[in-house]
Amino acid sequence: MNMTQQVRQIWKPLVFLLCLVPALLIVTDLLTDNLGSNKIEAIQDRFGIWALRFIMITLAVTPLRQVSKRNWIGLFRRMLGLFAFFYVLMHFLTWLILDQELNATAIADDIVKRPFITIGFIAFLLLVVMAATSTNNIRRKLGGRWQLIHNSVYAVGTLGVWHYWWQVKKDISEPLIYAIVLVVLLGYRVWRKKR
Amino acid sequence: MLIKKPNDIKWYEITDKATYLNRRAFLRSAAMTGAALVTGSASAATLPIERGAKLAGVVPSAFSTDETPNSYEDITTYNNFYEFGTGKNDPAKNATGFQARPWTITISGNAEKTGAINLDDFLAPHTLEDRIYRLRCVEAWSMVIPWVGIPLADVIKRCQPLSSAKYVVFETLNDRQRMPGQRYSVLDWPYIEGLTIAEAMNPLSILAVGVYGEILPNQNGAPIRLVVPWKYGFKSIKSIVKIHFSETRPKTSWEKAAPNEYGFYANVNPQVDHPRWSQARERRIGSADANDDSWRSIFGTSKQDTKMFNGYGEQVAHLYEGLNLRRNF
Repeated sequence: MNMTQQVRQIWKPLVFLLCLVPALLIVTDLLTDNLGSNKIEAIQDRFGIWALRFIMITLAVTPLRQVSKRNWIGLFRRMLGLFAFFYVLMHFLTWLILDQELNATAIADDIVKRPFITIGFIAFLLLVVMAATSTNNIRRKLGGRWQLIHNSVYAVGTLGVWHYWWQVKKDISEPLIYAIVLVVLLGYRVWRKKR
Repeated sequence: MLIKKPNDIKWYEITDKATYLNRRAFLRSAAMTGAALVTGSASAATLPIERGAKLAGVVPSAFSTDETPNSYEDITTYNNFYEFGTGKNDPAKNATGFQARPWTITISGNAEKTGAINLDDFLAPHTLEDRIYRLRCVEAWSMVIPWVGIPLADVIKRCQPLSSAKYVVFETLNDRQRMPGQRYSVLDWPYIEGLTIAEAMNPLSILAVGVYGEILPNQNGAPIRLVVPWKYGFKSIKSIVKIHFSETRPKTSWEKAAPNEYGFYANVNPQVDHPRWSQARERRIGSADANDDSWRSIFGTSKQDTKMFNGYGEQVAHLYEGLNLRRNF
């Protein structure tokens, strides 16, 4: 079995299961009453933070592949990107169904009037487009435009950190960590292009 | 509001004449300079020290709501008290070792009776009351909390403010050894809050020393905190060490931190949104109603409409007549 086959048949299924763990922990914490006094806020925050983590992990794939010169690392990129989309989707649905209770006016109001929700929503839409165009078939059909569409992951990362930064009341220490990681990951790409 | 008829007043709500006279005498004699107050003669209110100790001599109040209070666990594990960390659960974790006694309160500024006073002596002339109040956080969540406290108006009167005193300014303990959150400059320490004299004199304003009939847990602002239920929670300053009578309006902590988001008044107002979120509705913390068997009840309560002045308009709306509440948020 060569490395590509090994990754496809063994490592990818294992990583897939690992990526589901944060979601499963949210569910078990809900069922065992371990989400504290404000469950909806806790669910929303935890899906949100994992969404941001998966965006960062996905953005780290290419630099890791290039620096380590191990091409098989690239085989995880789509799956990790789709998990980022999954966690963003869960974060969005928690807000839509549990927090806003599908109240159309409240939802529209939030998206239009609250800048941090507006940018979060834009990032979500970009991810929807990327997820929808992630299959091999569509990728082939789109040709060069595919890369253009999927370059919006840089915008998603930036909007995601910004969304997090803007919603905290005062203590920006956590969003700052994500901002630094983002700067490193995007900075690497700029540096490589210039070289 | 429930206006009590005379025959509703229970025996324990009436101060007997001897105590009454004794209190008057106490008030007259006690110049509020620390030394003069060492002997708390008519101690109606005494504060035990041990964690979870029951408070004695607590009388009910007509200002209490009949809504079901949140659980002790909700009230003591979901807190905003940045002096002990910015996470909701941080104060419960980080305040366990906090020593809230001995405690001295310094009264200063434009008043007749100023000086440093020991907490026990400070409370001695007062009767503790149960005050079950709604609490609405600026972050759009709410609780119902059974406080135990004393009317702030009584404290103010005892200090005999001069006519030049227009505002009452409160300050939290500033001690980064005892309050680890103060090692981070999240806010400009010490925490400062203020009320107009009229707001401070409103019968709803209390200084709380307990919750659920027990002394105040550290994470809730031990040993003594302000509670002004018609304002967003951040106005109800915790662990107070200074009360200052001022001619000028103080710059309060959150106002300093983000003047476009938090104002001096901070009255609960569903019509004036926070720049980043709506204030029209709120989520009551805690479990859903036991009768609610819908699928969503496992996630807690639904949102409810926020009421003007947090439902205390009858008591406080007159304080703001003619004031533009959109501008003076």
